Amino acid sequence: MSPDPHQPHGSSAAPPHLPDTPLAIDDLTVAYHRKPVLWDIDVDIPEGKLVGIIGPNGAGKSTLIKACLDLVPKASGRVLVYGRPYREQRTSVGYVPQRESVDWDFPVSALDVVTMGTYARIGWLRPVRRVHQDIALHALDRVGIAHLAHRQIRQLSGGQQQRVFLARALAQDARLYFMDEPFAGVDAATEKAIVALLHDLKKQGKTCLVVHHDLATVKDYFDWVILLNMRVVRAGPTAEVFNRESLRDTYGGRLALLDEAAQALSQAGQ
Amino acid sequence: MKTATSAWNGISVSDIVEVALLQSYNTRLVVLSTIVLGVASGLIGSFLLLRKRSLIGDALSHACLPGIVLAFMIMVALGGSGKSLPGLFLGAAVSGLAGVGVVLLIRNTSRIKDDTAMGLVLSVFFGGGVALLGLAQAMPQAGAAGLESFIYGRTASMILHDFIWIVSVAGVTLLAGFLLYKEMVLLCFDEGFAASQGWPVKRLDAVMLGLVAAITVVGLQAVGLILMIAFLITPAAAARFWTEDARRMTLLAGALGGLSGWLGASISALAPRLPAGAIIVLVAAGVFVFSMLFGTSRGIATRVRSHRKLVTRVGRQHLLRAVYELLESSSAADVENAPVPNAKIRVADLVAKRSWSRARVQRLIDRALKEDHVDFYNGERLRLSESGFGEAARITRNHRLWEMYLIAHADIAPQHVDRDADMVEHVLGPELIAELEREIIKRGRASIIPASPHVIVPVRGAA
Repeated sequence: MSPDPHQPHGSSAAPPHLPDTPLAIDDLTVAYHRKPVLWDIDVDIPEGKLVGIIGPNGAGKSTLIKACLDLVPKASGRVLVYGRPYREQRTSVGYVPQRESVDWDFPVSALDVVTMGTYARIGWLRPVRRVHQDIALHALDRVGIAHLAHRQIRQLSGGQQQRVFLARALAQDARLYFMDEPFAGVDAATEKAIVALLHDLKKQGKTCLVVHHDLATVKDYFDWVILLNMRVVRAGPTAEVFNRESLRDTYGGRLALLDEAAQALSQAGQ
Repeated sequence: MKTATSAWNGISVSDIVEVALLQSYNTRLVVLSTIVLGVASGLIGSFLLLRKRSLIGDALSHACLPGIVLAFMIMVALGGSGKSLPGLFLGAAVSGLAGVGVVLLIRNTSRIKDDTAMGLVLSVFFGGGVALLGLAQAMPQAGAAGLESFIYGRTASMILHDFIWIVSVAGVTLLAGFLLYKEMVLLCFDEGFAASQGWPVKRLDAVMLGLVAAITVVGLQAVGLILMIAFLITPAAAARFWTEDARRMTLLAGALGGLSGWLGASISALAPRLPAGAIIVLVAAGVFVFSMLFGTSRGIATRVRSHRKLVTRVGRQHLLRAVYELLESSSAADVENAPVPNAKIRVADLVAKRSWSRARVQRLIDRALKEDHVDFYNGERLRLSESGFGEAARITRNHRLWEMYLIAHADIAPQHVDRDADMVEHVLGPELIAELEREIIKRGRASIIPASPHVIVPVRGAA
């Protein structure tokens, strides 16, 4: 009854998603230990947008990204990247995991980490070569920390570590980027650098999905939002869907969060 | 004690030379195979360490015992000698991997945690193996006497056939480790990212376990299954103290493993009563302890030294900046941007300014005298030397640049900045200083020493 996500899709079965739709999510349900985390997610992301994924803790924001990347199994539904299943489109997709997901005490340099973004292109058993390191250095330069390339990653600040992860995604040279809380716990300078980078990517026609926590900056940073709380509450252009009503529907009766939301809206209205 | 003494009895210099130069055929086989084994287990152990899966190697090696005994029994039942090494290897590998399989099964199907599952498997498989061993030794054909050597390890004798087997399995493992280096490090560092790129992380994990199993199985005879885990992990853990680079760490772990194997096998060749496995592991442990103490990257001595250096540097910077600020506040309070002149200042003012103890100030001054930062001091007054004054101006400038940066970028209220600035300033590198400088210039504050962004508390007596 649940469609196999790995089954190739014939043209007759596929709904009319244009191949230039970066991400089309149909009827996606994800469950951990029989407990559903995401219900019937249905959303099409237009090309060239900066998309914020907003929602309370436990809303399934990271899970949504991981399900798109085949990192968690889907209970049902399917995800198409530029009209085809993810596993055929891996080279078109860049991924920035949460910073806490790795051990920063690991004995590698910033350059080593960023070079990992090119491993898929290098392929099995082949060693890293100069050209790949040059790609990585260029990516580090784009996030403004090329001078830290040879530092061990433990010796970087939180913001610099986040930039390393962003640079690694840049080295993947993708068209669609998934970023899991890139703004979490970074300094103001890094936050600015990330915003600049997002605009840069948008200018190149890339699409970015960004899990985001700070409601106050949503209007400034994103031109599209997905308001998520186990299901999609609203999704669309920020100007249309990011309002008091939809935030209340997303965050429910949590008073503190509602206050935060109200504050965010009043700031956004300035 | 008595055995240890007698074990060393009668060892002459010529014996040592004979072993060191691998003159006897048997010693040559034993020592060479143990070296190759050590190099391979250092390399594979590095992966295990980086993957934080050390204990699974322990479960695996203990779980080998029933397989070895069963393989022996089957081979005897089939009319063989039962001591054929490839057959024993096969049995060990099958039951070792079965043990790991049970660990994974328990973990995936119940709420029992990894360490509990490993503890269960390790002891149950090992216990089963010991019981089987008892049965095997009671078999009428006998000949099972050598099997206990798999528990503690014994390298005393080896035939060419065994040697070729051990060296080729270890060599293939080594080669696979080198070829898969990039994939293994990616898996160890960021499994999720690796999976998103399409690397088959489960299969890579299985390959890693396969390599561990291969090296464990061929290492059992030399080191013994109880100590095999130490042979895998210790060289890698020791290497970690010397480098922050996974490539170098892996190579160094191989070298240290080889060294431990060589020394351990040689010593045990000289004193055959000392079990080889224990000697090899003790040598590796010695290397580990040495690395932990003196490793250049994260050894204890290095850490203590760099901490001392930091304390010294912080002290020097505090003293020089305090003097500079005293000079500044006492000289040109009325004239904007007037150059600060060097002059004698009172030590009592310094003590008051920093709420330091007199003894601490004395220590700081003593060091400053040694470093030629102070050229006049009579117990009551002091004056900075030319180099000390320049250094003081530089430190004060950096400090203020940093304060400015924090105020501009980090939304910290100016009155709270001072302490943070002190802490971070001391770890600032030259490139960040340059960056801050550009930042300040961008904001239109180009003077070499920007005025302190917060009011310096006037000094009692001097102001």
